[in-house]
Amino acid sequence: MSMVHVTATVNDDEVEFLCDPRETLLDVLRDRLGLTGAKEGCGTGDCGACSVTVDGRLVCSCLMLGAEAEGKSIATVEGIAEGENLHPLQAKFIEHAALQCGICTPGILVATKALLEKNPDPTETEVRYWLAGNLCRCTGYDKIIRAVMDTAADLRKAS
Amino acid sequence: MNSELDRKNGFKFVGTRPDRPDGVDKVTGRAKFGADATAPGMLHAAIVRSPHAHAKILKIDSSRAEAMKEVKAVVTRADFAEGLSGENWNILENVMAGEKALYDGHAVAAVAATTVLAARDAAKLIAVEYEKLPHVTDVDKAMEKGAPVIRDGAADKSVPEGLHPNVVRFHESGHGDVDEGFAEADLVVEESFKTEATHQGYIEPHACLGQLGPDGKGELWCCTQGHFIVQKICAALLGIEASQLRVTASEIGGGFGGKTTVFIEPVALALSRKANRPVKLVMSRSEVFRATGPTSSTSMDVKIGMTKDGTITAGEGVFRLQGGAFPGAPADLTAMCAFAPYALKNVKQTGYDVMSNRPKQAAYRAPGSPMAAFAVESVIDELCKKLDLDPIEVRLKNASKEGTKSSYGPRFDRIGLVETLEAAKAHPHYSAPLEAGQGRGLSCGFWFNHGGETSVSLSLSEDGTVALSVGTPDIGGSRASMCLMVAEELGIPYENVRTTIADTATLGYNDVSHGSRVTYASGLAAIKAARDVVDKLCARAAAKWGIDKEAVIWEDGCAKPAGPNAGDFEPLPIARIARSMGRTGGPIAGHFEATPEGAGMSFATHIVDAEVDGETGQTKVTRYTVVQDAGKAIHPSYVEGQYQGGAAQGIGWALNEEYIYGDDGRLQNAVFLDYRIPVASDLPMIDTVIVEVPNPGHPYGVRGVGETSICPPLAAIANAVSDAAGVRLTELPMSPPRILDALERQAHG
Repeated sequence: MSMVHVTATVNDDEVEFLCDPRETLLDVLRDRLGLTGAKEGCGTGDCGACSVTVDGRLVCSCLMLGAEAEGKSIATVEGIAEGENLHPLQAKFIEHAALQCGICTPGILVATKALLEKNPDPTETEVRYWLAGNLCRCTGYDKIIRAVMDTAADLRKAS
Repeated sequence: MNSELDRKNGFKFVGTRPDRPDGVDKVTGRAKFGADATAPGMLHAAIVRSPHAHAKILKIDSSRAEAMKEVKAVVTRADFAEGLSGENWNILENVMAGEKALYDGHAVAAVAATTVLAARDAAKLIAVEYEKLPHVTDVDKAMEKGAPVIRDGAADKSVPEGLHPNVVRFHESGHGDVDEGFAEADLVVEESFKTEATHQGYIEPHACLGQLGPDGKGELWCCTQGHFIVQKICAALLGIEASQLRVTASEIGGGFGGKTTVFIEPVALALSRKANRPVKLVMSRSEVFRATGPTSSTSMDVKIGMTKDGTITAGEGVFRLQGGAFPGAPADLTAMCAFAPYALKNVKQTGYDVMSNRPKQAAYRAPGSPMAAFAVESVIDELCKKLDLDPIEVRLKNASKEGTKSSYGPRFDRIGLVETLEAAKAHPHYSAPLEAGQGRGLSCGFWFNHGGETSVSLSLSEDGTVALSVGTPDIGGSRASMCLMVAEELGIPYENVRTTIADTATLGYNDVSHGSRVTYASGLAAIKAARDVVDKLCARAAAKWGIDKEAVIWEDGCAKPAGPNAGDFEPLPIARIARSMGRTGGPIAGHFEATPEGAGMSFATHIVDAEVDGETGQTKVTRYTVVQDAGKAIHPSYVEGQYQGGAAQGIGWALNEEYIYGDDGRLQNAVFLDYRIPVASDLPMIDTVIVEVPNPGHPYGVRGVGETSICPPLAAIANAVSDAAGVRLTELPMSPPRILDALERQAHG
């Protein structure tokens, strides 16, 4: 099958790749660009472990084709920290022990970062519904919700 | 969130909450999980699976697949070892079907190709001819006369004569005379219960990367709870020497018992051997549901007698567990856990391990115990309601304690059930008023906990920092606990300890990360290895000072003279001893290799509030409190995490999750959309109380905490639902249709 040539931006880096038209954006990120931070937990858009943003919009990268990334700006978990400085969410997730196995963590961080950019002062219920598309099997979500609420409060104080 | 007992008890590090050492890896996407590895020349594989619940495999034709230029190898059962017996044969038969496909999703062939897409295309071109056979997927039906036989001769000697060949193991235990006990009761309640199979639901599908050369030497990278057992089984299934296969555990994206065996690893290695190239194999989510994991479904009968003052006079239970197409359902453990929380004069429990046309059950967090607790604790709740007794007082009155002869035989050592009940009673949740439409439920739970073979190594670096190697994959933050315990023993900063999960070539054999054993057994081993290092450090200081080793003590990271009689020497810090160790006797490392057997048993009490929508049948858990004995919480945040995670999984099991089989014997809900595990908006905050009744079998008193937290939720939620809806639910999950059914049946008398 002939490959599709795609040019896009990933975490502010310009990238160029060839992909099979059947490959998902997640396949491309992981297998062609070596960015394995986004995970495949289901491949059907149910678990959110592959969450990335495309032109600022939160998507499951397993539900988008690599070929559709042409001209788009994609952000993944690998781009959340600024150099060696963790994003406040990342630091709070560690501080609150908001991860156990850590497989859902990249998707949850991408999703919550997108939430806080939209809504800096979410209620607990808003955080829970926003994250309803990101499955975590280890934590029961308690410490995740606390980490997000605590980050939001800190960011509001700082701004 | 803060436990009342969250204090240091004279410890400097243990009981504090430092950042986990692998935290940055895991929040930046740097951590490498099973599917994140690659190798030069790597092929990708796909597995062909049976679409039938039970069928003879007549012919496998892979010629069309092999004609594809991208395809480099195809394997079937013929590519694995012959002449295996016992559990190795069972595992091989499960990994790759032989003469028959035994369940929907059973692997029958596999293919390796240059790309994932080509491998999937090729798998579709492999033509398998089947002859369908009658199937059975229900535990009670599988025991009935005339039910299709999954495999004749699979039963062991424990099974009494006259039972169906699908009953493959039998367990019976207890003491006293239950009939006498029931005669002494003021009220006897007897009820039957059913629970559906649930999946461990780890978010990371099984994944591995294997390389096996024609020289019999191999490398395997995989997500597993125990890479040593993977090494052992893969070597047996491929007919190679275990030591020639080096297995490295990746970071693991959840296991909960489901990653304690092998599924795809031997297949990747067999393909690699044939193609002579590395092969990566990653399961899809539907493969995970169809062919791995689930826990047993059950059918249970429980009968309990009680006097008016709340004394249990007798308990009897029959537990039938469906274990899929192979022996191994934990019917014995279910039976043994059932009445363990209670000191009973008369008790009897019977367990049946039953085969059916479903995937081979795998361990799931305290295998068997949650179902047993669901049945027993529901009946106790019913008795409390009918006799108008307080559920905590009744449990306190009958609670097992140190010295109690357990329902399954041995006497209990120091245990903390009473302490969890007292803490639950004192918790504000227990006395908080309920809102209209809400109900409250309570349950106790029990798990044995496990020790297991354990080997660790602790190496001192020249700068005085240390590296601990353990062989138990970190499934929930155990590296942090290990670092804390080593820091405590050596008196050096937590940050100066690095814990690594070493591969199979580096350490002696290590049992799997299961049985809530890691913080207990690897922790005990880390402490002993650190003490071994301290001993050697003290010897170096003694030699330098020219005094006896016994006259040297270790304190705050320094060797010091034991007292004024030992001499007047400046304390010698670890870094200084380390710097000169090459000249003072050579490298310093500590070791521990043993099978610790003092895993302390663990008990919990959970309190749940729930409201039931009478119109939709939907249940909402509104408040949840976990009280559990940890023995000693090394890193309290990760202990709380285990409590919360177990409760959340229990909520899913109780209310939503189930394997749904069609009449055709095929699994109908093999995706997360249809097999719905709890999402953030389904759950409340989960409050935790860490009770600490020290385990005499661990230097710091640690008991395992990972599994017990899933034992009480099924019953606690059922009791809350029953309290809210005024009707007893005896089947799990208590999904909206089941609740509506129960309400309707009650309304029509």
